[in-house]
Amino acid sequence: MTEHTAHLARVPGPLRLFWRALKAIIWKDLAAELRSRELLSAMLVFSLLVLLIFNFALELDAKTRSTVTAGVLWVTFAFAGTLGLNRSMATEKDRGCLDGLLLAPVDRSAIYFGKASGNLVFMFIVEAIVLPVYSLLYNTNLLYPGLLLVILLGSIGYVAVGTLLASMAVQTRTRDVLLPILLFPLVIPVMIAAVKASTGFLEGIAMVDIRPWLNLLVVYDIIFVAVAFMVFDFVVEE
Amino acid sequence: MEPKPRLLQILDVLTAIMFVVAVGMVFFYAPLERTMGQVQRVFYFHVATAWVGMLGFLVAAIVGVIYLIRKERRWDIAGLAAIEISLVFFFITIVSGSIWARPSWGTWWTWDPRLTTATIVELVYAAYMMLRAGIEDPDRRARFGAVYAILGFLSVPLTFLSIRLLRTIHPVVIGGENAEGEGSFNMEPAMLQTFLFSLLVFSFIFVDLFWHRVRLGRLADKVEQLRLKMIH
Repeated sequence: MTEHTAHLARVPGPLRLFWRALKAIIWKDLAAELRSRELLSAMLVFSLLVLLIFNFALELDAKTRSTVTAGVLWVTFAFAGTLGLNRSMATEKDRGCLDGLLLAPVDRSAIYFGKASGNLVFMFIVEAIVLPVYSLLYNTNLLYPGLLLVILLGSIGYVAVGTLLASMAVQTRTRDVLLPILLFPLVIPVMIAAVKASTGFLEGIAMVDIRPWLNLLVVYDIIFVAVAFMVFDFVVEE
Repeated sequence: MEPKPRLLQILDVLTAIMFVVAVGMVFFYAPLERTMGQVQRVFYFHVATAWVGMLGFLVAAIVGVIYLIRKERRWDIAGLAAIEISLVFFFITIVSGSIWARPSWGTWWTWDPRLTTATIVELVYAAYMMLRAGIEDPDRRARFGAVYAILGFLSVPLTFLSIRLLRTIHPVVIGGENAEGEGSFNMEPAMLQTFLFSLLVFSFIFVDLFWHRVRLGRLADKVEQLRLKMIH
């Protein structure tokens, strides 16, 4: 009897298998990035360049900054994000890794969530460096807990849609060009809500006025994570 | 190619006659609006084309779901047909709205929620066309098209909501409580009749064009398959 139960305990349930596959995929992406560092360095240098261009294009003096900081930050994140999303899927496709992943006996949704989590981590790393750099360059403090919450919610929505569309875009003829064209019109709600909520926190506007934007971000995240999870199968099937 | 069905021929003629009647109603039956004058007459077709646009995008999202379940080519053809037609009609909506906006708001364009949402919607479906153009394999093109049509349609209400949270000046003529909307008016019975008839006529136009486009799509499909057979 005890032998029997012991045997049962050793067979992992479907949920355990899912977690294991998810962790393996995230770990694979992080390990590959740790060794090559080609994706993160590209995203980082690119976002610093975008900040630099904004500095000259908008004449970021103290008065302008108070109104445009959130916009500048989110445009930077969005641009660097497409770069990362494109690269992360292109490496899978070019080296035939995606086929290997699809052959693995794991749930397809684990592949989606694994890739999305990996992309989210890269996005967070870029944001974690851009924010202090911006604070340092312009001598302001951006590390409000509220702003961090907005960045968390906004990045989740952006990456959820972005990972799905990137895996579509890499399978087309026009790949790199196509991703931003597919992605940006769909993430406009995220961008608007994130910029508005960020500005709200930076300017110390009452929570009552910020809450609708946060709600919108949460709703967007839930809807698009769920839908992407449902349709990912159709995007990678051959 | 099978001959044109009898019902479609009848529908063609009926739609053409109804359209002429609708134009007549807009110009001669509907009364002149007091403050805005003649330009208000654009309203009837402006709303009707917008209705056709949204209808087509909805149809595309629904047949997209059906395609993903059934994997039958005809659902993909229907989805593409609906989006192509709606792209054109939605563009007409934006242009006719601009023509209306110039005299009543004093500008061709404002960043009002509906105008902005309409533009973003137009861009979403332009992206849909570009996505399809970039894929050679018909099955993959159909799958990706269906997925993007679903995602696009889901994002529309959220986009509208997000821009709506900023203030609007667009009039809400039907069932609206937006009294601040500039260029809003109350509808007379004759206006309402013309308006509802326009909606009906444009629905007929949509069905008629849709039918034609699906037939064309089927033909294009046949040609593509023959071409692929020639290559291999």
